Amino acid sequence: MLPGQFVQVRIDDTPSVFLRRPISVNYVDRVNNELWLLVQKVGDGTRKMAEYKIGDIVNMLLPLGNSFSMPKEGQSRLLLVGGGVGIAPLLFMGSKLKQEGFEPMFLLGARSEPGLMQLDEFKKLGKVYITTEDGSAGEKGFVTQHSILQEQIDMIYTCGPTPMMQAVARFAQYKSIDCEVSLENKMACGIGACLCCVTQTQTGHKCVCTDGPVFNSKELSWQI
Amino acid sequence: MRVHRWACIQLKRTIMADLKVKIGALEFKNPVTTASGTFGFGEEYVDFMDLSRIGGIFTKGTTILHREGNAYPRMAETASGMLNAVGLQNKGVDYFISSIYPQIKEYDTNIMVNVSGSTIEDYVATAEKIDALDKIPAIELNISCPNVKQGGMTFGVSCAGAAEVVKAVRKAYSKTLIVKLSPNVTDIASIAKAVEDEGADSVSLINTLLGMAIDAETRKPLLSTVTGGLSGPCVKPVALRMVWQVAKAVKIPVIGLGGIMNATDAIEFFLAGATAIQIGTANFIDPAVSVKVVDGINEYLDRHGYSSIYDIIGALDM
Repeated sequence: MLPGQFVQVRIDDTPSVFLRRPISVNYVDRVNNELWLLVQKVGDGTRKMAEYKIGDIVNMLLPLGNSFSMPKEGQSRLLLVGGGVGIAPLLFMGSKLKQEGFEPMFLLGARSEPGLMQLDEFKKLGKVYITTEDGSAGEKGFVTQHSILQEQIDMIYTCGPTPMMQAVARFAQYKSIDCEVSLENKMACGIGACLCCVTQTQTGHKCVCTDGPVFNSKELSWQI
Repeated sequence: MRVHRWACIQLKRTIMADLKVKIGALEFKNPVTTASGTFGFGEEYVDFMDLSRIGGIFTKGTTILHREGNAYPRMAETASGMLNAVGLQNKGVDYFISSIYPQIKEYDTNIMVNVSGSTIEDYVATAEKIDALDKIPAIELNISCPNVKQGGMTFGVSCAGAAEVVKAVRKAYSKTLIVKLSPNVTDIASIAKAVEDEGADSVSLINTLLGMAIDAETRKPLLSTVTGGLSGPCVKPVALRMVWQVAKAVKIPVIGLGGIMNATDAIEFFLAGATAIQIGTANFIDPAVSVKVVDGINEYLDRHGYSSIYDIIGALDM
């Protein structure tokens, strides 16, 4: 299991949830043999998942997709930018970076303070910078307005709402910083067969499930 | 010890029913195949199942030239099903021949290439190229894709159009010719008959039903193309009805598909008159489902004391 990969969760017993639900791997605790998924209740499928109890058996396909790449030589100032529940894979990536001897920095955004999750976990791994849209925690505004972005950054990893990732990618392009984004397009199969989850890239449509979910922002044909 | 185990396997084999079926000149080890567009070219599934356990694979739709397909979003989940508007994304027949065929030609199962197109010339040219491949014993002519302008459905929705394209391809293609029919018609049996009259060896049905989904909050369509093809268990009653009507109308074997999720669903299609079945959308939910369907059919035949799958084909008790 690598940071950036995801699982496909099958949710039974409801006709409104037909397809599996793709969920990022939040963390892998090898000592306690745990796989963490961070799930936001957005529809019937995730609401069902929120009802899981200890001891329930969960049907999952895993691990799926590619992963974030490790920093290249000379890249030491690493910023992981997350928004909302999109912070999920960044915890796992941050732990991997720390394990490899890096000192990752985290820039986490939310609408307001209650939307900030797992702060204690992130703080164990590195410095945490925060923005909220209403100013209830950290700096007020969007992640792309945070003062940390004025400092030297060698590599950005980002996951969150598409407009946020587009803004981060735009900033990275402007500053010529390497940037990897983790997409979460709607999926059916999760294994590259149905071709439903495609994103437009410089070399045509690519499957987010098997060619991604992590792409270098330069590969993507985003309107930026 | 080894001898003893072998004896047990032999014993088990003898009580298994005969699952072999024939479509045109082509024999299938069992009647369970996977539907075009849901199974790639098989390679996506080798981590999950043994491809040699199923009767065959219908490949992703292949066209004469590379196609990028439709823009995202291409998929919307529905109650007990999904809409797709992939739009025949594929790298073209020459890429298939040079780069995919060498990877899959040794698979121990029948590989049928799904041939799609916009003009009769395209269909014929693609079919001719596939005809030259030793290990491809059949094609499935897709005259029913609802997601592409002139994506074949223009041919598939009239008897004259269907007859015209099948006639042209029949002349150019020497092996088993299966024609995939659209359910978006008033009388599917008459189209099946027209296709049979032009020399098709089999018909497969149904392709997806044209549908649509809207986000009420944003007032926007959920697919970039507004409309798309509906599949999954929600279409099964329509598919069963059409297979039943077509099987009564033609002499050639019918391949049934549409919402098959398990062996019981498959058996319903055999009873309605299908000689073989395709599993489509279910592959997305359980990538090993096709093997489970094979086992389930075997179990059903044993339980009812049938010795051959042919004992239940068209055996609907009226």
